[in-house]
Amino acid sequence: MDDLLREFLTETNESLDVVDVELVKFEQEPNNARILDNIFRLVHTIKGTCGFLGLPRLEALAHAAETLMGKFRDGAAVTPKAVSLILQTIDRIKAILAELEASEGEEPKGVDDDLIKQLEAMSIAGEAAKAAKPAKAETRGTMSEQVLERELRIGEVSLDELERAFRETEVEFEIEEEKPAAAAAPAVDFAKVAAELDARMGQIGGQAGAKPAAGGKAVRPVKAAVEDETTDSSEAKASVASQSIRVTVETLENLMTMVSELVLTRNQLLEIVRRHEDSEFKVPLQRLSNVTAELQEGVMKTRMQPIGNAWQKLPRVVRDLAQELGKQIELDMVGAETELDRQVLELIKDPLTHMVRNSADHGLETTEDRRRAGKPEKGTIRLSAYHEGGHIIIEIADDGRGLNVEKIKAKVIENGVATDAELEKMSDAQIHKFIFAAGFSTAAQVTNVSGRGVGMDVVRNNIELIGGTVDLKSVPGKGTTFTIKIPLTLAIVSTLIVEACGDRFAIPQLSVVELVRVQHNSEHRIERIRDTPVLRLRNKLLPLVPLGRLLRTADETAASADDGFIVVMQVGSQTFGMVVDGVFHTEEIVVKPMSKMLRHITMFSGNTILGDGSVIMIVDPNGVASAISTTVGEASDKVDAEKQHGVEDSTRVSMLLFRAGSSEPKAVPLSLVTRLEEFEIEKIENSNGRELVQYRGSLMPLVRINENVRRRTEGTQPMLVFSDAGRSMGLVVDEIVDIVEERLDIQVGSEVPGILGSAVIKGKATEVIDIGHFLPMAFEDWFFRKEFSQIALTRRLLFVDDSPFFRNMLGPVLKAAGFEVTVCASATDAMRCVAEQPLFDVIVSDIEMPGVNGFELAETLRRDPRMRSTPIVALSALCTPASVERGRQAGFDDYVAKFDRPGLIASLKELTSQDLGIAA
Amino acid sequence: MTNDIAKEAGTGKDSIQYVTVLIGGQLFGLPIHRVHDVFVPESMTRVPLAQAEIAGVLNLRGRIVTAVDMRRRLGLPLREGRHGIMAVGIEFRGESYGLIIDEVGEVLTLETARREPNPANLDGRWAAISGGVHRLDGHLMVILDVDRVLGHLVEQMAA
Repeated sequence: MDDLLREFLTETNESLDVVDVELVKFEQEPNNARILDNIFRLVHTIKGTCGFLGLPRLEALAHAAETLMGKFRDGAAVTPKAVSLILQTIDRIKAILAELEASEGEEPKGVDDDLIKQLEAMSIAGEAAKAAKPAKAETRGTMSEQVLERELRIGEVSLDELERAFRETEVEFEIEEEKPAAAAAPAVDFAKVAAELDARMGQIGGQAGAKPAAGGKAVRPVKAAVEDETTDSSEAKASVASQSIRVTVETLENLMTMVSELVLTRNQLLEIVRRHEDSEFKVPLQRLSNVTAELQEGVMKTRMQPIGNAWQKLPRVVRDLAQELGKQIELDMVGAETELDRQVLELIKDPLTHMVRNSADHGLETTEDRRRAGKPEKGTIRLSAYHEGGHIIIEIADDGRGLNVEKIKAKVIENGVATDAELEKMSDAQIHKFIFAAGFSTAAQVTNVSGRGVGMDVVRNNIELIGGTVDLKSVPGKGTTFTIKIPLTLAIVSTLIVEACGDRFAIPQLSVVELVRVQHNSEHRIERIRDTPVLRLRNKLLPLVPLGRLLRTADETAASADDGFIVVMQVGSQTFGMVVDGVFHTEEIVVKPMSKMLRHITMFSGNTILGDGSVIMIVDPNGVASAISTTVGEASDKVDAEKQHGVEDSTRVSMLLFRAGSSEPKAVPLSLVTRLEEFEIEKIENSNGRELVQYRGSLMPLVRINENVRRRTEGTQPMLVFSDAGRSMGLVVDEIVDIVEERLDIQVGSEVPGILGSAVIKGKATEVIDIGHFLPMAFEDWFFRKEFSQIALTRRLLFVDDSPFFRNMLGPVLKAAGFEVTVCASATDAMRCVAEQPLFDVIVSDIEMPGVNGFELAETLRRDPRMRSTPIVALSALCTPASVERGRQAGFDDYVAKFDRPGLIASLKELTSQDLGIAA
Repeated sequence: MTNDIAKEAGTGKDSIQYVTVLIGGQLFGLPIHRVHDVFVPESMTRVPLAQAEIAGVLNLRGRIVTAVDMRRRLGLPLREGRHGIMAVGIEFRGESYGLIIDEVGEVLTLETARREPNPANLDGRWAAISGGVHRLDGHLMVILDVDRVLGHLVEQMAA
């Protein structure tokens, strides 16, 4: 491909992008002659060049489009249909150009009669319309041109172009000539006019630069003359075009690399001089340092591009969408001049486009809906960008309906990403985040716009790939705002230098949330669940991972120290703490790729040379996060959709494994355990034949699971603490082993009091402990009061729960409370049970059940007159005001949290004694 | 590498210059055109999770060099202490590597014709990276095939 053609391709592509934007603008302001002139000029230039380069297909298309636009100029009505047609033509031209580029200059074969015919038809229609309506004043003598245009199609193109070019330059002259005139006018006008001219010049300058070689020979000298004449106030603007040159990205990349090297060398020199106080190098080095800094800044600047470049295609995208969806959409762009590294810019382009599409498609309501909601008919999508710290913040906000929480929930459950119970516990903001999960689209219908298989998860991944984050805020009825935070550049990264096991590492600061200093006697200390360290940080349990252990540099035999620093990091939705021995300082570093021999190590993203000349490895937060998620379970508010997808995890329970009295592991649901503690043996006191410890200002009785639990004579005694309503009990164990997330399936029941049965956990038979057995050992009235069990003696209770665990756990408790308990595993079972024997005194039902849920069960039961007065108690893992209300509506008399057994017993007592009272 | 040597032999030169190095008492020869420099490795940064043969990364005049411990590569007993070690700088597939050796000796010019193939009973690990043997006065010099020394390490991780 020759240079001429290459230049033509680059410039034409740029011009076409401008045409896209301008056309959309023009559609909104059809009377703006300036915009039309611009478009006309651009298309005309393309046509001319194509003729010159011998590209008949392109020429014919451009010509037809130009003719139609000529009609606009002559005052034909600008209809959306006509604009669409021109846009279509532009797309066709782009497609041909792409093929042209791929085939190294060979114009692809094919015919464009379809488009040309339409364009011509439209032109004729426009002509007719024009005839009906007298032409507007806005003609600018183009009529004669049009006539010329039609006569000259083949052969004499270059002459035509020459004349054209002169005409165009005349237009420029006109502008230039206006200016002195304006200057001569009263001074007040001058600034205004100059500003306007500047703006105008800027546009013309830009397009003049895009003027290709065709008419170029003739145009350029004239243009230079024009520029000579404009040496006054508009000089700066006018000369921008002539002073900018095209440089290949590769050249800039190389330059950047060299500057990075220079920065590193400078840093080293500075470090050396620092050690020699009276060095004669000091002054020149200082100078070198300053120059280097300036050079670095300058080169960085060459890589910086306004984010508007990434937005360029959006007006067209939104316009097409608005047509397609029948919505009225205004795209408002703020801060398009905000600059960021072109590498980042390229990477952010597609995610941005996708998000804007999403806002237009899902975010904004239809015109009809908006009118009904009392909103302006035209929906607005607002794109804004600004700098903050070393980052650029991009916001995409719409004033649409906001995210539909219910729809997301339904989808979450459908996809099996989370259970109903988990969702109830989440805030709306947490639920909103699910839209970033894989395979998510809340659009009921898969439209042409959405449902291209690109979800928000891809968007999130792309953004995270460049070290960015994405967040969203949504207000029902008001709209949704996405906020993207990305680093300005990928070449230079701000890092935190830390030490672990004698080695130093750099951690990118973007992922670092905070630093926590831990000491064994301070407020923040590392606690352990077996050997898994955790940190309690603002009521959350933060999984910790010692960096040394992660990198396997830690001496396995040495006990890990409890003093150090925790670098709290956030990667996507995952938060974890990295334990390091020391934190030094932050340093701006130039990331260098690792040698091929080391690239398989996912824990590092690269390496660099520090100011002191040593090489340091850069920790890759993504690598660490994925390593952690496989070793430590993710916290409950995290959703790894891919991992969990397809796994029926509603039955997965976090179990705490421990040993007590025997070598077989024992387990208890983690959710029942309030805390894990270790007490010094000396702290354990004996009183009234019971073991007690002073715990949080009161005495806590200790209970041993069995007599075989070793009584230690020194050191510390581990225990599980169960707290409720201000009372705590310590269950003494030998050793806390692990926390695992497993399906709990009690396979073998147990006759031994205190043991529900055995289940296979982590491939081992494990005894599942019945906490209900031990709690009364600490406080006899933990669950019930004596009088209660007497009055409830003959009550019949139906207990419905799909989870064998809860059936096993609560069944005996209820029996112990004096009820005659019938247990059902599902709502349908319960209905059958009731049909056979409708005389239950009270019904306790779980809410979250597969198939028919608790609400539906209650509603069904209430329909039967016999059941109308039977108390029904809801038992649920979640107790939000909304769900309690839902329960009341469904016909439940009370709503109790699943683990609130005192609450359940109290409620049962109240309901059944009331009943008794009425009966009596 | 062997091809290279053969090629050079074919282009009129019938002798090759070798930089000799000592690794664990054994004399090795590296073709001089592959040796970029010889330096004393300083402040080496170890790379956790890397292959055992990787001694670390270091800064050589602004370039990050990956250092390969030749004793480990050859399966020799490890050196005690770090004093007196040397490194030979090599370019391999566009990247800089440093081979950590014990000592650098003189540069020898040896006739290609006198190069002998690896003895059949040579340790497999050595045979894999040896480009032949030269008989010198009183001792033998094993030719180190740099591409095979490093190539194996790269391919190992790719696999």
